[in-house]
Amino acid sequence: MPFLLLLLIALSVDSTAQQRFPMPEFESGYQHPEVSAPEPRSLALEYIDVLVLLAFLSVTSWLVIRKRSRKWILGLVVAALLYFGFWRNGCICPIGSVQNMALSFSDPGYAVSYTVIAFFMLPLLFSLGFGRVFCGTACPLGAIQDLVIIRPVKVPARVSKSLGMFPFVYLALAVLYASTGTGFVICRYDPFIGIFRMGAEFHLIVLGIAFLLAGMFVARPYCRFVCPYGALLKVTSMFSKHHISITPSQCIECKLCSDSCPFGAIDRPVPERAISEMKGKTGHFMLYAAVIPLLMMAGGWALSSSHIFLSRAHPDVYLAHLLIDNPGVMDDTENLDVQTFLGSDRTMESLVHDAEAIQAAFLRGSWITGAFIGLVAGLFLVSQSIIRRRTGYHPNRGDCLSCGRCLKYCPVQK
Amino acid sequence: MERKKTKNRREFIRSSMRFGMVLALGGAGGLAFRHSAGDKWVWQVDPFKCSWCGRCATHCVLSPSAVKCMHAYDLCGYCDLCGGYLIPGHSARSTAAENQLCPTAAIERKFIEEPYYQYTINEDLCIGCAKCVEGCSAFGNGSLHLQVNHEICVNCNECAIARSCPSDAVKRVRGSAPYLMKGDFSRDQT
Repeated sequence: MPFLLLLLIALSVDSTAQQRFPMPEFESGYQHPEVSAPEPRSLALEYIDVLVLLAFLSVTSWLVIRKRSRKWILGLVVAALLYFGFWRNGCICPIGSVQNMALSFSDPGYAVSYTVIAFFMLPLLFSLGFGRVFCGTACPLGAIQDLVIIRPVKVPARVSKSLGMFPFVYLALAVLYASTGTGFVICRYDPFIGIFRMGAEFHLIVLGIAFLLAGMFVARPYCRFVCPYGALLKVTSMFSKHHISITPSQCIECKLCSDSCPFGAIDRPVPERAISEMKGKTGHFMLYAAVIPLLMMAGGWALSSSHIFLSRAHPDVYLAHLLIDNPGVMDDTENLDVQTFLGSDRTMESLVHDAEAIQAAFLRGSWITGAFIGLVAGLFLVSQSIIRRRTGYHPNRGDCLSCGRCLKYCPVQK
Repeated sequence: MERKKTKNRREFIRSSMRFGMVLALGGAGGLAFRHSAGDKWVWQVDPFKCSWCGRCATHCVLSPSAVKCMHAYDLCGYCDLCGGYLIPGHSARSTAAENQLCPTAAIERKFIEEPYYQYTINEDLCIGCAKCVEGCSAFGNGSLHLQVNHEICVNCNECAIARSCPSDAVKRVRGSAPYLMKGDFSRDQT
């Protein structure tokens, strides 16, 4: 390290003249070879990726709304798996782009690229127009799970609705970790990236295979119970302009489609009787709505009181804690992080100062994150107390993944 | 009549929510766009921060690692006794395998003229372990240094090496200037 500084000083004073061993004057007229430094993947190809995504989304929208063909959708699923999955190695995907966006808002030194903005925006915009068409075909993580669904079991609605809250928690935490510069947890624990790349750490491969095995019976578990981008798409899709419909004209309530959906995303008709039963329970709605601010406060308080624990995921905070709580570790020559820190010109004060700044950011961020989780829990409670009159079977706009399986079960002709 | 009214109300809520979300999305996108770049980010090792800990070889998602040793020929002293090529305190002055630092024999030594030798890295064999970088920096000019080879790197959204690097040497650089090569890079610094 001291030599490196010396070298730096030497170079800055008088280019290469003061090297330890100056480059010799060769009598033979020797010319040194060029160092090969291959260029990264060109920007033009990145823009082609955006165009491919756009094409996938447009064609899928047309397929689910006009053409109404599961066969074609399946073809696109395979194409997406090959292109975005195995060819592009699953990076960058819209799911991870959430973190890039969060980092770009919090870190002025990080300018997000146009490609990432496009990857973040396009699926959300399309979901406002046509539902979750991105989940239907273009997503490589969804595609690989979609192809392994063999014998899907029905998950009880209460269980799947409750588990469906986890993506929002995951989203909130991922944004917290990304915006504090701690890391991109969604990418770190992407279960299928190891399969796309044909190689990864052991635990990631195990996780990926576990998800695929579970996915044979519980259809697309990552999409429904984990995916943080799916949480965003769920919300936008609820208010979409157009959406896939099971029947091409009028539902005759034959129930044929109700078992075709492996995701439990088809809403049954709600008879008048159920409405009148709920009539007396308007109090519940008021109660839950009033509880939302309390839940937000509670969530913010709960998470902020554990902000120290959360912030330990940041390497600087971790190192500062390690050195303060356990000074004996400084003698541990095996600990690379500690030895590198001691060998560097960084002082303990500056490390502690940086760690405190990160913890302060975590304190602010965890209040917001906790309040958001509280809000989600509150809205979930409120939604449980709302019942709507519905005739016929319809896909649930939030949960429907636009896979088109239900289409061929409907006996009604146009 | 009653039913139609609720339908209209629902439709109104839905379309106004949709409108609000388009606005929110547009706002977020616009804000991100304002300080965005028409360039992409790639990962690179800053050789002046690198502490040759060896994690580049073990923590890359690829095997072997996308981090390779690269040689700044214009910084090299072309020594016979190369600190990056031979293990320190080697018993005999021979270039036999037991006297070489590189575990994969990726450094090729070629005689130029008395007493100078050229050292070339065979990147197909290099695993990015930085053993030669340590030797070259300790006893020589530090012309051997680690760089991410962008032909191999899959450019993960979050680099696993960057996360584990103890000296914070792996960072995002612009795709238009994807290398921090020692020769050129040190000249740029002055």
